[in-house]
Amino acid sequence: MENIGIVSYGANIPRLRIKAEEIASVWGKDGDAISKGLGIHEKSVPAIDQDTATISVEAARAALRRCNINPQDIGAIYIGSESHPYAVKPTGTIVGDAIGATPDLMVADYEFACKAGTAAIQTCTAFVKADMIKYGLAIGADTSQAAPGDALEYSASAGGAAFIIGKQDVIATINYTCSFTTDTPDFWRRAERKYPSHAGRFTGAPAYFKHVTNCATNCMKIAGTKPEDYDYAIFHQPNAKFPVTVAKRLGFTFDQIKQGLVVPYIGNTYSGASLVGLASVLDVAKPGDRIFLTSYGSGAGSDGFDITVTEKIIELARKNAPTIAQMVDDKEYIDYGTYAKITDLLYWE
Amino acid sequence: MRDVAVIGVGLTKFGELWDKSFRQLTAEAGSKAILDAGIGGKEIDALYVGTMSAGRFVGQEHVGALVADTSGFAFEHIPAIRVESACASGGVAVRQGCLSIASGMNDIVVVGGIEKMNDVGGTSATGTLVTAADQEWEAFFGATFPGIYAMLATRHMYDYGTTREQLAQVAVKNHANGALNPYAQFRKEISIETVLKATTVAYPLGLLDCSPVSDGAASIVLCAAEKAKKYTDKPIKIIGSGQASDTLALHARRDICTLESTVHAAKMAYKQANKTPKDIDVAEVHDCFTIAEICAIEDLGFVKKGEGGKAIDNKITTLDGSLPVNTSGGLKAKGHPVGATGVAQIVEIVQQLKGEAEKRQVPNVRIGLAHNVGGSGASCTVHIMEAM
Amino acid sequence: MYGSYHGGDVNMTDGGVARFWREIPQRYNFIGNRCGSCERVFFPPRESCPYCRRKSMGKMKETKLSGKGEVVTYTIIHVGPENFEEQIPYPIAIIKLEDGPQVTAQIVDCPLDEIKIGMKVESTFRRIQEDGYTGAIYYGYKFIKKRE
Repeated sequence: MENIGIVSYGANIPRLRIKAEEIASVWGKDGDAISKGLGIHEKSVPAIDQDTATISVEAARAALRRCNINPQDIGAIYIGSESHPYAVKPTGTIVGDAIGATPDLMVADYEFACKAGTAAIQTCTAFVKADMIKYGLAIGADTSQAAPGDALEYSASAGGAAFIIGKQDVIATINYTCSFTTDTPDFWRRAERKYPSHAGRFTGAPAYFKHVTNCATNCMKIAGTKPEDYDYAIFHQPNAKFPVTVAKRLGFTFDQIKQGLVVPYIGNTYSGASLVGLASVLDVAKPGDRIFLTSYGSGAGSDGFDITVTEKIIELARKNAPTIAQMVDDKEYIDYGTYAKITDLLYWE
Repeated sequence: MRDVAVIGVGLTKFGELWDKSFRQLTAEAGSKAILDAGIGGKEIDALYVGTMSAGRFVGQEHVGALVADTSGFAFEHIPAIRVESACASGGVAVRQGCLSIASGMNDIVVVGGIEKMNDVGGTSATGTLVTAADQEWEAFFGATFPGIYAMLATRHMYDYGTTREQLAQVAVKNHANGALNPYAQFRKEISIETVLKATTVAYPLGLLDCSPVSDGAASIVLCAAEKAKKYTDKPIKIIGSGQASDTLALHARRDICTLESTVHAAKMAYKQANKTPKDIDVAEVHDCFTIAEICAIEDLGFVKKGEGGKAIDNKITTLDGSLPVNTSGGLKAKGHPVGATGVAQIVEIVQQLKGEAEKRQVPNVRIGLAHNVGGSGASCTVHIMEAM
Repeated sequence: MYGSYHGGDVNMTDGGVARFWREIPQRYNFIGNRCGSCERVFFPPRESCPYCRRKSMGKMKETKLSGKGEVVTYTIIHVGPENFEEQIPYPIAIIKLEDGPQVTAQIVDCPLDEIKIGMKVESTFRRIQEDGYTGAIYYGYKFIKKRE
């Protein structure tokens, strides 16, 4: 593709944290074992006044603070999430008004489990390539819910990242993108239900691994690359084990995925997960770095990207917004009772 | 412009009056005042009613007509005017009554203040009280009415070194006075420790720094001074009346710790009365919260700005001090049925000036002042009275 | 929130959203205005300047404030209104914005004992209120300690 890619990026991770051992102690489980098994020490929890819209706005504003574009030049906003504040009324319009991109704007909200954000990037990339818009804003953000006492409770967390896609002043070109999609019921949430359901061990081989592996392999074939060509690789991270395992199977090293692996400290931010990982890489990337990203969304599908960092990343005012590392470290612990109050566990309709 | 005098007063008890409705409170205070004045229904030219939110507390608007009806004047077809200025509704109603007589339009009017706050739940009551503040730009963002005064207190403590103990002393003093007032909601003395240990409502204000939710009504009969002696040999002249407004929101004021509406209303009243703060012998001020009394004695000119706390420490404003403030118990101990307060303050000053304040009587009082504030200072009335 | 006569499951404002929609530019983006006569900045925007009055009518110009400022005074609310009960205790402050006007808002992400008069703050985008479980959500400004 011509020089189409990321013009700027930003992220937002809520400050509150709950430790895996705190959750485990309430349910009579061995916190240490669970922590080690999942590779997750603690997860982020949204404050009672934070939601996918506020996270998206903060991430988008962070992206705008780092570059010089006029928000009125953003022609499309796509936000992917499993926890849009409204089932009907898009998060995209709230963000659109909040960043001053309205009214000449295309907006729709996306859902595809944890990969809705990368789908948004694909859409914006296509619109830019078709010269239909000057810049597009793609966001993946979630305040994911998990049923109390369920295994997902240790990982379902809150956070998101925003990417401005365009043709000018591109800091990281999106060279190739492709997807691998099938109808696979590994994890879902029925409409009107508060918590998701999942198919246990089925979420492994036939779901996550099949789609990530196939997508990644296809993407590298199209791009004509091999794992060793990349400086960084980011895989969707529902826990720390899956991405480490799939990376190894595909031929990537732990050193390549380390920078993009944030789940041990903040949990799985669902639609934000691989994008927050990408933001973490962009925080430290240098011109010429090559990045490989494969997301995964249950249901199921993966989006793969081959990305090259350009010289322009030096000019990007990365210090104008907090880095992922800074947001990971800016934290406040809460106990399970507070967590229950915030995440509305105390009230069932 | 003619002079105006008070020729009769009436009051209900203030408190949680489960047995009394809005209408019953109205009738009780009104009839007491009219009997005290010795006037007949045919002599009343108009009714002025101060009530902050009969609409939200009892679901009733058109309160002027309701009060005329409840008082038995429906078939005399007396004009009735409902006045609203949040917590200064009573004071503004008094002033409007005065103006109608001073202008020559009326000879005798009855002014009543009423509020029935306990027919709704506590959360609704506080939700209604905060409509005295800026609904869109203060309350909407989470500020409560005590919270707004608490912010005033925080800044006053920062600018002038006012302490929580000084705030508490205001409550202690007013409860001591309230204990002597048979109409007060709270008739028990309290200690500083009790005030300091009370649950925090909005730091630094605790439960006992705040005036209560109350039911009650107060009524006065105003008459052209030149005709007053026909009805009573102890008329009390209103020698000065002032009213002022300021920004609705505390954050829009020019100085957070100064209620400019008090300063201007007081200036107006002192000028008309040809008096200065030094001439005042007794005062009822608007202590919706303890900090409000401290600000009031500063803004009324009794002490310099910032020295309100020191005045409390030096016990200037106790019942036996050099300037007794809130001998009735104030809003804090007497109670604060919002619309009734401004009128009840006049009742207390009149009783002081007539020598009828019983156990709360301050000796040798000739000139008294009543100070009534709306919201966090968006409106204010000041009335100065002297025995004729 | 505003009405006392509605149950918890029903939109308390009976679908009356216009007044909250009108103020989105203010709550999301600090859109205020400036007097064409004396150049003072106001937030929220005013129809006329209280200093210049008739000289300013028709001359008020829209302007966007930065959302940065400092704490002038504050309190910690322990007894909160219905819509804020889950957040107590929470700080409310009067903040002087660097453009001039002052606003009342919550401070978030700051330990209660670290809030000080003079503390530098900047705005952040949060949920302010909602019209019950089924009603509209109102977003707007709160303040955090200024990021270095």
